[in-house]
Parts: sequence; structure tokens; C-alpha cells
Amino acid sequence: MPEAILKIRGLKTYFYTYAGIVRALEGIDLDIYKGETIGLVGETGCGKSVTSLSIMRLVPDPPGRIVGGEIIFKGEDLLKKSEDEMQSIRGSQITMVFQDPMTFVNPVLTVGDQVSEVITLHQDLAREAVETKIDEIQDKIVQIDPSSPDRQRLMERVKELEAMREHPPKASRGEIKKAALHRTIDVLKLVQLPDPEKVVKQYPHELSGGMRQRVIIAMALSCNPDLLIADEPTTSLDVTIQAQILALLSELKKKIGASILIITHDMGIVAETCDRVGVMYAGNIVEISETKALFKKPLHPYTQGLLRAIPKLHEDIKNLEIIPGSVPNLIHPPSGCRFHPRCPFRMDICDKEFPPLLEVDPGHSVACYLYPEKKR
Amino acid sequence: MTCMQDLSKSKGATTLERPSWWEERAPQIRELKFTLYLLRQSPLVVVGFALIGLFIGVAIFAPWIAPYGPEQRFWQLPQQPPSWQFLFGTDTTGGDIFSRVIWGARLDLVIALTVVASAIVIGSVLGAVSGFLGRAYDEILMRITDVFLAFPALILAMAVAAALGRNLTNLTIALIVVWWPTYARLIRGQVLAEKERLYVDAARAVGASPRRIIFRHVLPNSIFPIIVQATLDLGGVILTAAGLSFIGFGAGAGVAEWGLMIADGRSYLFQSPWIATFPGLAILFSSLGLNLVGDGLRDVLDPRLRR
Amino acid sequence: MRAKAHSSSSFFCSDCSATLLAQSVFLLRLVSSVKLRHYVIRRLLLMIPVLIGVSMMTFTLSHVIGDPVAAYISSQDVKLSEQQIQRIVEAHHLDDPLYVQYFYYISDLLRGDWGISRTDSDRPVIESIQRYFPATAELTMVSMVFALALGIPIGIISAVRKDRPEDHATRVFSLVGVSMPVFWLALLLQYAFYYQLKIHNLPNLPSGGRVDQFVWIDNPLHVVTGLYTVDGLITGNFAIFFDALVHLILPGFALSYVFMAVFVRMMRSSMLEVMRQDYITLARSKGLSERVVIYRHALRNAMIPTVTVAGLAFGGLLAGAVLTETVFSFPGIGRWSVSAIVRDDIASIMGFMLIIAVVYMLANLIVDLLYAWIDPRIRLG
Repeated sequence: MPEAILKIRGLKTYFYTYAGIVRALEGIDLDIYKGETIGLVGETGCGKSVTSLSIMRLVPDPPGRIVGGEIIFKGEDLLKKSEDEMQSIRGSQITMVFQDPMTFVNPVLTVGDQVSEVITLHQDLAREAVETKIDEIQDKIVQIDPSSPDRQRLMERVKELEAMREHPPKASRGEIKKAALHRTIDVLKLVQLPDPEKVVKQYPHELSGGMRQRVIIAMALSCNPDLLIADEPTTSLDVTIQAQILALLSELKKKIGASILIITHDMGIVAETCDRVGVMYAGNIVEISETKALFKKPLHPYTQGLLRAIPKLHEDIKNLEIIPGSVPNLIHPPSGCRFHPRCPFRMDICDKEFPPLLEVDPGHSVACYLYPEKKR
Repeated sequence: MTCMQDLSKSKGATTLERPSWWEERAPQIRELKFTLYLLRQSPLVVVGFALIGLFIGVAIFAPWIAPYGPEQRFWQLPQQPPSWQFLFGTDTTGGDIFSRVIWGARLDLVIALTVVASAIVIGSVLGAVSGFLGRAYDEILMRITDVFLAFPALILAMAVAAALGRNLTNLTIALIVVWWPTYARLIRGQVLAEKERLYVDAARAVGASPRRIIFRHVLPNSIFPIIVQATLDLGGVILTAAGLSFIGFGAGAGVAEWGLMIADGRSYLFQSPWIATFPGLAILFSSLGLNLVGDGLRDVLDPRLRR
Repeated sequence: MRAKAHSSSSFFCSDCSATLLAQSVFLLRLVSSVKLRHYVIRRLLLMIPVLIGVSMMTFTLSHVIGDPVAAYISSQDVKLSEQQIQRIVEAHHLDDPLYVQYFYYISDLLRGDWGISRTDSDRPVIESIQRYFPATAELTMVSMVFALALGIPIGIISAVRKDRPEDHATRVFSLVGVSMPVFWLALLLQYAFYYQLKIHNLPNLPSGGRVDQFVWIDNPLHVVTGLYTVDGLITGNFAIFFDALVHLILPGFALSYVFMAVFVRMMRSSMLEVMRQDYITLARSKGLSERVVIYRHALRNAMIPTVTVAGLAFGGLLAGAVLTETVFSFPGIGRWSVSAIVRDDIASIMGFMLIIAVVYMLANLIVDLLYAWIDPRIRLG
């Protein structure tokens, strides 16, 4: 049984606006296991992004607020942590990749600055500084004439530094900067950016959209996070770049051993990249399951509607299927199950109380009165 | 909606009844109502409206409010401190400062309205023409406005008024000269934006004349930015006119103009500070009211802040 | 516009355009990017038609609308005979067609002959400008520095603490600042900090002027730049330094208040705008402290529009200087121009106009350069 690095229970996030209280998240339950890629799908406005912001506690405080629930990360409740503690978690243990590389990168700072600052903030670079010095000297050794006396001296220096590796001395500002730069270039290489030494000095507007997204991914992965949250990471990109980015994420996830939470509205991405998937509707999670199982046997009427709406290549369709009705107003949401006004299988009980998320098949939970809990 | 109903009524008829003027403007009227609602929300804006109201009210009802006429002098009672007889005291020639501040409101309001209205008209015409003709004419007008805007307002007005001669009429003309370029640019911008948009429509429509474009599209879109700019400019004109009068332009000696009154009060600032203080307060509050409302309007009209 | 440096009072003004030009060239060399160089050169070239336009305006005002002869009459010539007038007309080509007159006007300007300043003991206008410009420059710069030093942090605080008491107080403060007539504020300051303190036998600030006569006589200043505070410091003349500084307090504050108000408003609104941006969310998601987010990520972006506005507001600073110098009898070009107005001294007024236009344009040019420096998108294209 894989361990869960993140356990969300009953998460409620509301937005207090002039028009009323927007109940964006009304009691979310979700587990994320170590090393998996889990997707969170739903229409625009169902609360997917709010979920990710809530996990990071970046919900803009007026007008939003997390009003209830708990988020257990590595055994501790994130909602009880102080801002300082959250700041040490953000960027190093839980990181985010965002949707639009155009607007999510700071135009006045260089790529190198933006990536280095995460590294410098969260990592002790003293050891890295020593490593950098070793590398520098070893480069020099290679260039120098083998018979020269300097060579001997340099090799001795390398041995000295290697001995310091375990207990590196406190590094100076300049050394830290160099070390961070070194690391930055490594990370940029990791995300497969061509010519990282050049990119480091460039500004975001000099890069293409796909390259910028890689930079954001680099920022997110630079400190080996446990959880990477990707909020619609490929929505603004071309389809070809999209494929590259997704492939990159999968590869890196394996290398680093992180879990990824992908938020998307595109079922195609889910099918390709996710081990498990959760379906959200109007602020609630209505179904969670392994990806294959979801596609083969969708249980919740909403999921069924979603999948039916996607035209398949092998079918001959005259009309596109839609789910009748429209997304509910989150200020005055429907009572009980929020989908019941649009549900073809509506029962009397559906508008009384929200159905609990129950495990119906192994690894497949659904929140719908159609399915009583399977006895194990 | 209305068109559809009419069609169903007159089956087979080929004419469409045009919706009434009110119906066509319905969305804009809704916007207006929403704007007024938003304005009421901010306390500062309400205060601004109150101040403007006070200013205009005082100016209009001056003959009834002011205890004494603008020319009235009590030669035997110069430089009296504020008292019940003379609420703000008297100045060096025995004029009641309270009354003169009230009469000054009238004068400054007239000047400000004249200047801004003329600037709007002249600027709009020139800007619209320039926007339509485009190319060389447009470039020339832009260079001309650049030249005018190369000077700070007060200084350009100074020079123009100096060249023309120092009296109130020339002061007004000088201020119009200073303020028209802003509106020319504003309207030109609107016209250019419309030209971009209508280019596609014009290909389909039967060559809509420029006049039509102006009245149906440019004007309605420009009303709000012009109102915001005009409100702020009214304040600016009052400040600049006062500054010019302070230096020695504009109003001849003895006229009840706020800037001039402050200049008069300057020589006796230490003995009789009230002479300079009250006119200054008047300028401050009038300008403040206009700026509050102008700011409020600008915030309210910002599309991102509207909900 | 370049004139021979006659006066000994300072090199600051007579070379001010050269100094600024040299600095621009220096900046040009600093920047390796070709695109930026093109940008700067293009801006400089754009200034030329505007300068021509400006000269046309002064020409129109002085020769077409006003009485052109007036520009060449000194204060001694109380009543001129027909002959004398005719001589002036011929000497300055005043009966030739307008375009000819304009040609001579421009060549005179470029040669440095800007007419005679009746107001200033019949000195050539160029000399009067050289004489008085440093005082205005000093006052303006002190005000600007003060306004920026206070305005930027206040604007940031106001934006970060939006809708809380600090924000409301700041907004009222800055609204009053832009609505207040600066000459009236100057008078109030004079009344409070000079008169009231004096009559209560408290140490008071001077009522005006640039330095105290007696201090000046006792500690003669070796003038280098024309800015008494700077000169006092670099020549070790601390008496003058201190005295000049004290004299700058009241007029500097009056002038800077308005400028500061404009600045605070702009800073606030542009910070609010920037803090709404997506990259701020990303910066926060990296775990950066709020302070780093504000000062490293937000501020630089917010400065971009603010710097632009600062350039435009600089014109207001110049205008305000005219009024402030008058109230405090500060010997700058503002006060000189006001005296010229009272005497209908067209030559001085037009000279004043020209120099103000040039300074304002240069200020906006510097702003544009700063703008390019801050925003890498412009620098690198």
C-alpha cells in the first residue's frame, strides 16, 4: 500500500465578495500517494485551481479564505502552520507550475535570477560551493601542461577540498552566488533547455512560450520537491510543445521521485499521463479512480456525461453530446448534490444532502447515491 | 429582440422597425445607473460631490448669499480680523473678504467652465479631423501638440498672456491655448480606435460617412473619458488661473479673484494673515472636490474594477 | 542654444546642455546593445522638430503677437524717437517678411543672442539665465530628491496596506497635495515657521533668499557648480553649506509636497496593478517572503509607469518653482521671469520659456533612458 504524502480532508474555501459568499470548495477529500501522477479534472470554475492554491495557502486573502478542513502533509496539518513555516515549504517541498508562461514569469528579472533565488532560498549551498570550486580547479588542471609544477599544486588543492566535502565551511556571498548559478545551469539542463549558459543571462521575453514553461518547471523542480502541482501546465502551449512538456514532466518525476498533481480540463492529458484521476464538479470531488478504470467504467453521472461528450475517432456521430443545463452559481448552489439539477438519474434523496465519497470498487470512489458502499 | 418581434408581427414584410432611441441605449443607461451606484459607495467621492455642489451653489447664488457687493469697500475699516460683521475679515482696502470669496467663486467657475468647454470643442474638432485625415495631417497635428505639451501649463500660459496683454480675457485665452492639446489627443485616439474597428464593417456597410462614425461611435465612447479628464482639468484650471493672478496676470486690481486676493494678502501676511488664508482655502476645497470626483469617476470607469 | 560662457558665476548652466549631452553619450557607450543605442538616438532626433516648434512658438509670441521692438529696448530707453525705433527695426530685420525674420531669430538664438533683459539690469538674457538657473536647479533637485525619497516608500505602504487606515490617510494627504495652490502653501509655511516662531522667540527658518548676507560675507564661497550646498561641501565651507540648506527647507518642502503627492498616487496605483499580476503569485509560490516579493519582484515593475509620470510631473515642479521662488524671494529664474512679466519684458519671458522647454525636454529624455534601463524589454527589444 503506497503511502500518502498529502491527505486532504473536508477542505472548505470560500470567497467573500460584494455579490455574496462564493462557496468555491465545499469539503474536498483527496489523497495523493508518493510517486504517483494524479489528475484533477473538471470544467472551468469547478474549483480545481482553488484547490491547488489552498494547498499552498496562496488563496488571495481578501476576498478568499480557507474556512475548514485539514491538509496533512508529511504528518502535519498545513492549515495550522505559520506563514514562515509555509514559506519554507513552498518552493522546496511543495511547488507549483502555472498555466500561462507569458504572464507568470517576471519580465524584469533574468531567467538565472529567478531560478537561483529559489535555490538560494531553500538550500544550503556551502557544500555546493565546495563542489563548484573543485570543478573549477579540475577544469584548469585539464588545460594545464602535465609536466608543469602548478599541476601538482592544483591537484593537492583538489584533495584538500574533497576532504572538506563532508563538513564544508560557511561560504561567502560570492561563492554562494557562483554555486547557485552552477546549480541553476544544471537544472536548466535537466529541463532540456538548449544552451543553458546563455539562457541564464536572458530575459523571459527573449524566450519562446515552451522555453518559458520549461523555466517555470525548472524553478519548481530545483529543490527536489515531494509534490509538484501543475495547474493547466500546457493549456497555453501548442499541441506539439504540449506533448514535449508532458513527457518532460513524467521523466523528471521519475528521476526525482516526486508526486505530481495535474490540474486540467483536458481528458486527453489525463489519459496520457495520470495514474489516478479525480473528477471535480462545482466545488466537490465526485469521483476518484485509477485512470483506466475511470475510462472503462465511469460511475458518476457527471463523469459519464463528460466522457460521452468527447467525440471518439471510431464513432460516427451526427450531433455532439452535451450535458444539459449549466454550471451552478456557487453563491447559491443547489442543495445536496450540486449536480442533481442536471442529473438524468436524479432521485428524491439527491437534493437533501451531499452524498459521501464512498469506495465502490477497489481504488474507485464515487459520491453518488446510486452506489451504496460495497462491503469488503 | 425587438427586431425579432417585429418580424414575426409583419409576416413577409420587408421593412424592419427600428427600436426607439431609448431602447437602443438601454445597455448604456444600465451602465450609467451602475456607475452612479458605484460612485455612491465611496465616501470620499460623496464628499467630493458635496464640495463641488457647494462651489457651484455659492457661485450661482452669490448675489443672494454675499452680504456685500464685490466693489463695496469700507475704507475706514481696512485689515479687520474676522468678526460677526465681516466673517473673514476685511482686506487692505476695506473689502469684506467673505463676500469677495463668494464673488470669486463665480468668477473662477466661469473662467474654468469657459476654458474647459472651449478646450474640449477645439481639441475635439482638431483631434477628430486629424484622426480621420491621417498620414501627413495627423503627423503635423501630433508635432504641434508635442510643442504645446513641451511646456508646463503655467509657464506657457504666462508667456501667452504676457504676449497678449494682461487682462482676464487674455488669461482665459491663454488657458484655452494650454489645455486644448490634451483633448485633441484624446479624441484622436478614439477616432483611430474606431477607424480600426470600423474598417471591417465599412467594407460591408455602404460607406458610412465620417460624420456618422463620429456621432454614433466616437462620441458615445469618448463621453466618459472626456468627463473624467474635464473634471480633473477644471480643478487644474482653477489652480493655474489662481497662480497666474497671483503673479500679476489676469484680474485687474480690485477684482474679486482668489489668486489676486492672495497676492494682496501677501504684503500684509504677518499682520493680517486672514486676507490670504481664506481665498486659499476656497481654492483648496474647490479643487479638492473636483479631484475627488474626477478620481472617483476614473476608478469607477476602470473596467477591471467594475463587477 | 549654446552660448559663450561669459559669466563667472557657474559653469553649470553654460555647459548644462553640454554636460547632459556628454552624459547621454556616456550612457550610450555604457550600453552595448545596438537596439538601445538606436532608441536613444531616435529620441534625441525626435527632440529636434519639437525644439523647432518651440522656437516657432516663442517667435510667434514675441514677434507676431507682441511688439517685436520691445525685445530690444533696454530700461534706459524710456521714450524713443522715431529714428531710434527705425534703427532697431532695421538692425533686427523687423520689417522683413516673417520667414526672414524667423531665420534671423533662429540664428540669433543659436549665436547666443537672446535679447536684453530689462529686468535684470540690461544684461543679455543668456547671462541672466546663467545667473539664476543654478538656484532654481538646486531648489528643484532638492525638492525632487525629497519627494522621491518619501514618496516611493509611502506609495508602497499605501498599496500594500490597501483600505486600511494608513492607506486612507495617505490618499487624503496626496489628494490635498494636488489640490493645494503651492504659492498659498508657501505663504502658510512662511507665516508659521518664520513669523510665528520668530515672534515667540523661538529659532525660526529664514523668510526667504538663498543665503544670509552676513554669512556670505564672512565665508565667501568659491563657486564651482553654482549649487551652494554642493559647493559648500566640496570646498569645505560648512557655514555656507548649512546656511544654504536652511534656506532651502521651506521652499523645498512647499515645492516637494505637490510633487510627492503626484508620486504617491502613481506609485500606489501602479503597485496595486503589479501586485495583481500572475508572476507575483508565482514568486509567492516559491516560498519567498512577502518583503522580497514586494521589493525584488513588484517594485521594479511598478516603477516603470511611475518613472514616466515623474517626468511629466517635473513640468509641474518647474511651474511650481516660479510661484515658490516668488513667495520666498529666492533668486532663481522663476522669480526673474515674474519680475519680467510685471515689466512687460518680452525678451526675458521668451528666454525663460525657451530654457524651460529645453530643461523639461531633457528631463523627459532622462526619464525615457531610465525607463529603458529599468525595463529589459525595451533595452533589448
